[in-house]
Amino acid sequence: MENINNNNGMEPILQLKEVSVSYAPGTKAVKDVTTDIYPNTITAIMGPSGCGKSTLLRAINRMHDLYPNIKTTGDILLKGENIFNFDPMEVRRMAGMVFQQPNPFPTMSIYDNVLAGYKLNGIRLDKKEKDEIVEQSLKGVALWNEVKDVMSKRGSFLSGGQQQRLCIARTLALKPEILLMDEPTSALDPISTNKIEELLLELKNQFTIIIVTHNMSQAARISDNSMFMYLGELVEHGNTTQMFTKPKNKRTEEYLTGVFG
Amino acid sequence: MFFAAFIIILLSAGIIFALVSRSTEAFQEYGIIGFIANPEWDPRPATEEYGALSFIIGTIYTAFLALLFCFPFSLAVALFNGEYFKGKKISSVVRSVVDLLAGIPSIVYGLWGFYAVRPLIIDLGLNAQGFGILLSSVVLAIMIIPYASSLSTEFISMVPNNLKEGAYSLGATQIEMIRFISLPTASSGIVASYILALGRALGETMAVTMLIGNTDRIPKGLLDTGNTMASVIANQFGEADGIKLSSLIAIGLLLFIITALINLVAKLIMKRVARA
Repeated sequence: MENINNNNGMEPILQLKEVSVSYAPGTKAVKDVTTDIYPNTITAIMGPSGCGKSTLLRAINRMHDLYPNIKTTGDILLKGENIFNFDPMEVRRMAGMVFQQPNPFPTMSIYDNVLAGYKLNGIRLDKKEKDEIVEQSLKGVALWNEVKDVMSKRGSFLSGGQQQRLCIARTLALKPEILLMDEPTSALDPISTNKIEELLLELKNQFTIIIVTHNMSQAARISDNSMFMYLGELVEHGNTTQMFTKPKNKRTEEYLTGVFG
Repeated sequence: MFFAAFIIILLSAGIIFALVSRSTEAFQEYGIIGFIANPEWDPRPATEEYGALSFIIGTIYTAFLALLFCFPFSLAVALFNGEYFKGKKISSVVRSVVDLLAGIPSIVYGLWGFYAVRPLIIDLGLNAQGFGILLSSVVLAIMIIPYASSLSTEFISMVPNNLKEGAYSLGATQIEMIRFISLPTASSGIVASYILALGRALGETMAVTMLIGNTDRIPKGLLDTGNTMASVIANQFGEADGIKLSSLIAIGLLLFIITALINLVAKLIMKRVARA
């Protein structure tokens, strides 16, 4: 995997070492995945349905801990430290997650949705700090101008694309190290999708993004590196342009050319 | 089928008609407001006079106290079943027990209150006889826990998983998630289930009649005796005639209107929740 775009010899921000996830004893949904992710890159995880893309993504912020029957093994190092040595709540604040379905909290205003991470964690802020975080986060997702006059309205009143950007703002507000995105545009129309993709390219300057996607052209448009997964295994991980033009593995090639998937 | 539906409508109309026609005598004698606002209930022939206020206050007093007592318990049960142990075996056991509580006949609660709870109140030195508002509210509270908790359980377990995961992904603990996401999201449904439980408490008759002490005046406090609208009817209709009987039926009509209104409010809230 020497051809990963590693941003001029920087240290990896995230290292996966033989990560496996099983939903039931004896069967692995993700099998021994070992790879490195570099800072300020977008990495796309591709593969057919059920290949373990989302399962791998959700291992990174320890979402699997919520379900006692799911077992994760192996090591995941975030900035050199094993995430399994941390409190899972802290890991989730460092690795923000955006879901397939936009899920703004329906009982909270737009303003409170952005601050939800602070409220949920019982962190008190004064009015000035709050205003600053809200403005910064909403500007970060290019939603500020659209909502600055309707801050007290419910988050669910926005359009699907706006809701998804609100959810991204909500994770950005906590200043995470990496952003994990689980098919964030699959429930959105093409225009909203386009906006989110542009946004991700901008956010890349401040964050490291890992995005699970079903959409190969989306991976080609926005990602620096791509991972191809099949039946729980990481088949290939490399520079996106290279992978799309000269895939090393036959299964990757077959998937990219539409033989299966 | 249509016939059965028709009969049901006819029956309800018949019940309302009977209540209204039998109570007109009392309403004509005292006036509707006069009857509702009068706390006197004096059956002595020379000074005979009937008003519903004592019983209306007794009813509201016991029902709201019962609601207050039952609130922490049924919310805890609802969280246990709808969140912490959702889908687990222990939760289905607890659910069956709660359903069982709902199936116990009122008179059995009355007996239990009489022989098990009343001595407790006497032993605590709260009241020499034990009877009164406190005793009936405590037993009422236990009687309405199933109604409040089983519906709230439904609403709490209906909170979408993607909202919960959203909260967890921001670093929330389970208790923080429940406090800021689950409970606010389910709140209107929970309120509706408590209103329904209140409706049950207002109309509950047998157990209250056995425990409240049956005195025809406005209760002075928690430990005083009194009567609710339902208990005064149960206690006195057997020996009543003339204007007294009509007054009791008028109280029945008022009780019917109050509980119908309360159920209507709860149903409206739940409809709104279902649409959201």
